[in-house]
Amino acid sequence: MALALAAPLALLALYSLTATTGPVLEGGASLAQYAEALGRAGYRALFWRSLGISALVTAVTVMLAYPMAYFVAFHAGRAKFAWLIALTIPFWTSYLLRVFAWKIILGYGGVINSALLSLHLISQPLGALLYNPFAVVLTLAHAWAAFAILPIYVSLEKIDRSLLEAATDLGDGPVRRFLRLTLPLSMPGVIGAAILIFVPTTGDYVTPTLVGGPDGAMIANLIAVEFERVGNWPLGAALALASMAMVGVTAALFVAAARTAARAVR
Amino acid sequence: MKSLRAYAFAYLAFLYLPVLFLPLFSFNNSHFIAFPLSGFTLEWYRQLFADDAMLHALGNSLEVGAVTALLATLLGLMAAKAVTQYRLRGVGAMLGFISLPLFIPDIVLGLSLLLLLGVIGFPLSLAGVVLGHLTLCIPFAITVLIARFEGFDRNLEEVSADLGEGPWMTFWRVSFPLILPGIAASLLLTFITSFDEFLLAYFLSGTEATLPVYIWGQLRFPERLPMVLALGALILVASVALVILAEWARNRGVEKKSIGA
Amino acid sequence: MAFLSLSKVSKRFGDFAAVDGVDLEVPRGAFFALLGPSGCGKTTLLRMIAGFAQPDEGIIAIDGAMMNGVPANLRPTNMVFQSYAIFPHLNVFDNVAYGLRKERLGKEALRARVEAMLATVRLEGLGARRADELSGGQRQRVALARALVKQPKLLLLDEPLGALDKRLRQAMQVELRALQKSLGITFLLVTHDQEEALSMADQVAVMSGGKILQVASPRELYERPKCRAVADFIGEVNFFHATVKSIDGDSVTANAGVLGLVTLPRANFTFPFAPGDHILLALRPERITLSGGTVAGEIIAASFLGERSHYQVKIAGRAEPVFVASPGAAPQGPVMLGWQPESLISLPFE
Repeated sequence: MALALAAPLALLALYSLTATTGPVLEGGASLAQYAEALGRAGYRALFWRSLGISALVTAVTVMLAYPMAYFVAFHAGRAKFAWLIALTIPFWTSYLLRVFAWKIILGYGGVINSALLSLHLISQPLGALLYNPFAVVLTLAHAWAAFAILPIYVSLEKIDRSLLEAATDLGDGPVRRFLRLTLPLSMPGVIGAAILIFVPTTGDYVTPTLVGGPDGAMIANLIAVEFERVGNWPLGAALALASMAMVGVTAALFVAAARTAARAVR
Repeated sequence: MKSLRAYAFAYLAFLYLPVLFLPLFSFNNSHFIAFPLSGFTLEWYRQLFADDAMLHALGNSLEVGAVTALLATLLGLMAAKAVTQYRLRGVGAMLGFISLPLFIPDIVLGLSLLLLLGVIGFPLSLAGVVLGHLTLCIPFAITVLIARFEGFDRNLEEVSADLGEGPWMTFWRVSFPLILPGIAASLLLTFITSFDEFLLAYFLSGTEATLPVYIWGQLRFPERLPMVLALGALILVASVALVILAEWARNRGVEKKSIGA
Repeated sequence: MAFLSLSKVSKRFGDFAAVDGVDLEVPRGAFFALLGPSGCGKTTLLRMIAGFAQPDEGIIAIDGAMMNGVPANLRPTNMVFQSYAIFPHLNVFDNVAYGLRKERLGKEALRARVEAMLATVRLEGLGARRADELSGGQRQRVALARALVKQPKLLLLDEPLGALDKRLRQAMQVELRALQKSLGITFLLVTHDQEEALSMADQVAVMSGGKILQVASPRELYERPKCRAVADFIGEVNFFHATVKSIDGDSVTANAGVLGLVTLPRANFTFPFAPGDHILLALRPERITLSGGTVAGEIIAASFLGERSHYQVKIAGRAEPVFVASPGAAPQGPVMLGWQPESLISLPFE
């Protein structure tokens, strides 16, 4: 089973290292594809935009999810189980449909605009809702919301309640206690959630295609173009692996930074 | 805390509301997906069920989903049993590796599988889609089943052997019934994952479309949008029902555990 | 005026009264113990004093200031938790310093104070240790240091020695007592272990069913229990039914059934009584001799416990054996149980 995964990725790597620009593996080994992938300014801009959008999505999603997870862990009482189910269900519905829902909501003639128009709150439809990075961030944040909750909830749930009482006993009010005790102890869950969201969203294809427009295009769109339309498989492969490497490095840097920050809190 | 409670409900609304527009407008008597609403109609549903291409794609999805669910659950069962029974070393690393597809962006996974199938001469077809879906579903199956196996009291199998049953009968009479809820949950969850999956199917399916691929193809035709909404609404309802069923199955086993443990 | 005073304090959970109209006064500088079986309400009472629960009725005051409604983090109390509750993400130094951070001491002043406290609890040099590298005894001391370094007016201890092995527990009992004496801080200890309460505390309150049964020094609790529940809970005891026959000056005669006619000093009675009253007499095992007495019996079981042996003696007219503790070897054959009149404890029959 492990081999079954190594093979496709190895093949991708192989393609990325060939000199030719067609669908067939031939010619000698070369780093030309990577030079092209990282060399062109347009490509680099797209890399940065993808990382930026993902980082924003991650930040927004995690920050919105934390209070929700906190509520379920500390204030939900008997209804805890029901809340967890209610929060998990959207995770299992079709991702494609969820993105599509935002497309019809944000469109020029879509749900939001028509609602605002018929309520006479605006006189012209808002064009800036769709086909831009804003739409991509909003859609992705919504799609990945459920993913953020579970890791954060688990780490909050694991906190020994007597620790919270000890902190109170030693003089901490609720806010101080949260910042000095609860937050640091839940950091592993927060970091886990962040990685869980950041890594896959940089390479997302469906959302930028449906709601991104040219301004909201991400690296996956470029990779798809190279494979489908241009037929330059080696370049596409190089782009794919380069983006994965970048994402990996960014994620590792983030984890290191977060851990250091958490350690500084006393 | 009152404000936190309000936040929680608002968050839940944020999660559910956008998706609820799909069923809402699927009954709307208008080609335009906009307010104000124009009256109730079942026209779009009627169109949907008259569409042969859709029905064909539905059949494909059901086929792929069923095969994926069965294979993923079977392989997951074997893996889970091996892991919990034999305490293999390096299990954590192996599980992490198997879960890798969940972390790789799906386009990278799809493309590398595409390359692989091309190189080994495997035709682009529904079988290819099954292979792709297996890489995603096996980690899920293993996770669900390992949780089930861990909660399983080893002594029960020993008692059965002590009372005279051979290994196969012990499995059939003792282990299998206790693991059954986990198997059911695994089948349901892997089926839904496969059924809803779009990108891998898009790259690997060749000429036979699965349902999500079919939907993708319809999105460029504005007049077909209401029909797509109808389809989406039905898929949503089915998914939710299956998830609830799967959760019920998974947790029904937990109560039963107290009898065995 | 008492340092800690509870006045008619009650706490109910639904219909169940965990704490039922408790009056309590703890003097300043005392080592006070709250003793009782599981479920008697002592932990609930402790948590109300600490501020983690609010009484439904009654007033709690510390050093003259009323505590009702004051949140836990603002009270002049600090608690040593049963599970120790050591912060896992901080080392020993930071754990102990936790409550001092907001007092805005200078860096040097803070360090000096924490190090001094670590030395007091004999953990000097271990400041950099991580929480998960500590033994049970060490964790207990960290919890203690962390609470004491804030110089609270009242230190609350919730079954602090329960998780330690016997030898360590005994050592810690001695240490805690010495520590309290040298610091002069009022300690309030909650425990179900009577040996712990009796050996450490100046005063003990025995609690059961949400009520306080008796407050007294350990010796007085042992020798002059006020009721059957207290006598039974503290130490081993044999109960005998009796009827008061007559009072002659300083001495009381009673008909004690299987023990025959007995006399005991009038001073042993802590409650009003009259001839004809049904009372309960209690005798501690170590106050009964196996020879030279008036009640015939037969040893049916014996266990050698080192410095003394415990015997079960069957006597006529009583199904339950009498428990006797006596040093030295047991006499062969039948025994004659005897006791001093002063050893008879008298209790009201409820």
